[in-house]
Amino acid sequence: MIQMPVQTTPTAKETGRPVLLDVRNLQKYFPIRTGVFQHVTGSVKAVDNISFAIYEGETLGLVGESGCGKTTAGRCVLRGIEPTGGEILYRKPTGETVDLAQLDKKALAPLRRDLQMIFQDPYSSLNPRWTLLDIVGEPLLVNHIASGKEIEDRVADLLKRVGLRPEYMRRYPHAFSGGERQRVGIARALATRPRLVVADEPVSALDVSVRAQTLNLLQDLQSEFQLTYLFISHDLSVVEHICDRVAVMYLGKIVEMAETEALYTNPLHPYTEALMSAAPKTDPDIKPNRIVLEGEVPNPANPPSGCYFHPRCRYAVERCKLEAPVFEEVKPGHFTACHRARELTLRGIPSAD
Amino acid sequence: MEEQTLTTTPTQEQSGGPKLLVEIENLKTYFKLDEGLVKAVDGVTFDIYRGETLGIVGESGCGKSITARSILQIIDPPGKIVEGSIRYHRAKGTQEQVIDIAQIKPNSPLMRSIRGEEMAMIFQEPMTSLSPVYTIGNQIIEAIQLHRKMTKQEARNEAIDLLRKVGIANPEQRVDEYPHQLSGGMRQRAMIAMALSCHPRLLLADEPTTALDVTTQSQILELMLELKREMGMAIVMITHDLGVVAEMAQRVVVMYLGRAVEVADVRSLFHDPKHPYTQGLMQSVPKIGRKTRERLQPIKGMVPNPYNRPKGCLFHPRCPQCIPGKCDLLEPPTVNLPGGRAVSCWLYEGSGQS
Repeated sequence: MIQMPVQTTPTAKETGRPVLLDVRNLQKYFPIRTGVFQHVTGSVKAVDNISFAIYEGETLGLVGESGCGKTTAGRCVLRGIEPTGGEILYRKPTGETVDLAQLDKKALAPLRRDLQMIFQDPYSSLNPRWTLLDIVGEPLLVNHIASGKEIEDRVADLLKRVGLRPEYMRRYPHAFSGGERQRVGIARALATRPRLVVADEPVSALDVSVRAQTLNLLQDLQSEFQLTYLFISHDLSVVEHICDRVAVMYLGKIVEMAETEALYTNPLHPYTEALMSAAPKTDPDIKPNRIVLEGEVPNPANPPSGCYFHPRCRYAVERCKLEAPVFEEVKPGHFTACHRARELTLRGIPSAD
Repeated sequence: MEEQTLTTTPTQEQSGGPKLLVEIENLKTYFKLDEGLVKAVDGVTFDIYRGETLGIVGESGCGKSITARSILQIIDPPGKIVEGSIRYHRAKGTQEQVIDIAQIKPNSPLMRSIRGEEMAMIFQEPMTSLSPVYTIGNQIIEAIQLHRKMTKQEARNEAIDLLRKVGIANPEQRVDEYPHQLSGGMRQRAMIAMALSCHPRLLLADEPTTALDVTTQSQILELMLELKREMGMAIVMITHDLGVVAEMAQRVVVMYLGRAVEVADVRSLFHDPKHPYTQGLMQSVPKIGRKTRERLQPIKGMVPNPYNRPKGCLFHPRCPQCIPGKCDLLEPPTVNLPGGRAVSCWLYEGSGQS
């Protein structure tokens, strides 16, 4: 298979911030096995050659609908799932760059403390038979950061930071509400003082007021600990609120990536435009002007020819059926994969100010 | 837009304005559990007008689903309507007959004829109302034959028509498929088709798009608006998503801990929320399209434990405008404000027209 060389990484001088993580041509294919002998007859390209960079201290949003591969991409970055191909270049605090995709388990272990994850469901992501002390203290123990009484002190401190009372550290998760459990998950992720946190739909399971509290907490922690977030979500209003840059995924590919404001006001990809028009606006005076997409997301095991979006795209031309578009920089810092990106004028979100 | 012209003032009623469909007054639905009494709905009062879209918003546990289920008398035991009335204005020929649903038995012939035929409900999870062991067609045909006099073949044709109407491609083929053969969005459509099979006058939609992706959500919302225009039924839209409410509803009921704390038309509610809880909700959600990234102002604390409800105003422990000595002791009055609005809060005492 020929890999398209993609230049997606504006260099440090353009943004003034060093790149923390540079993902190049990341792939994750899940084999499809059929028959008695379980022959591999095909593959689901959950993540199909995506490239993006995350700058130190920023929040990069990864949005898309269910099944687009955003969670798989997030987990591959941390090697929670083994990627099929591609490079994950991580810049260590020393300035040295390593390819996380190539490291073996032993070499990866010391880097684990720098890379953490926050999960969506605060009910299933915490072990019900462990106390908060066990849950939040475990990463400290396995990464040899602290031991014995010191763990307790560190856990107490962490719980305080996320707004929980340290006295509760000997209680079990069932004694806490959804929002509080999510704070426990955040405390656990922060225990090792990570540099990059992959947050996979961290507020989607939470109620409106608790969601706002959690978003504020994530922002406070980011400035306090100089965290870098890869923020995976399907909620466009939350992503706009918290992210500096946003990448939009469709069927395993990134179709557009730009600074948040540019992406929301001047989208360059028809799929982004449709997403933006579909997002409910919290203002009854804005008349909904939805672009209703025909049909559904195609089966990733059997994607359409050419541009994957063409069967649902209202701007599709003959070329879109035949030729896959290249993901390229159309405007400074604004990347998209669409043949017609330069000629179309697409509609973004009207300003609510 | 036709959606906006329907005003909400009950006083317009005599002058040929909106006609009442359901009046809910002081409705109380309690669950008697071993752990204690859960007052899921505790004195809710609001009206539903013919042909309107009424939004009910609130966080989980505020009683919005139970209110809807009470209207249909499909509350799971041990839940029971213990007080209050649900006066349904039933059309009988040209006459209007008022029935108090709270007074009739859930399994009585009268209730069964209202349920499904005159009022229908759709759910967040389509498999709540679809059976996995019957084809989509079977289930819709059953609903049609139960309430309308039709032969099996006529009902089948009707089912195919309905599936086409809700935007399912190849309805002739889909009608014989089982729910598991359809995607989430398609199942939602099939459920809507089933709910609409008898042309109900009231459709209760309980978080109909919460489990769906944004683009599928917009398809379903668009479909509901279209069907409403065509069939003229009233929709009660239960959701926690303020964006969905802003787009769909004409009037909104805000619920907190089993009570309606504010009722208003959608514009007034979003531009000038009166109740501190409504204000808190509005400030908690990031507004899409807002360039200036101000910090969210969440409501402090959490929804209290249902077994341990606060005294006085239910919201006072979380309220930034709580008046000590009043809000924490006395239940607030419901104040009727101009424009058909109502708010249940001590701050507006004396400013109303009650």
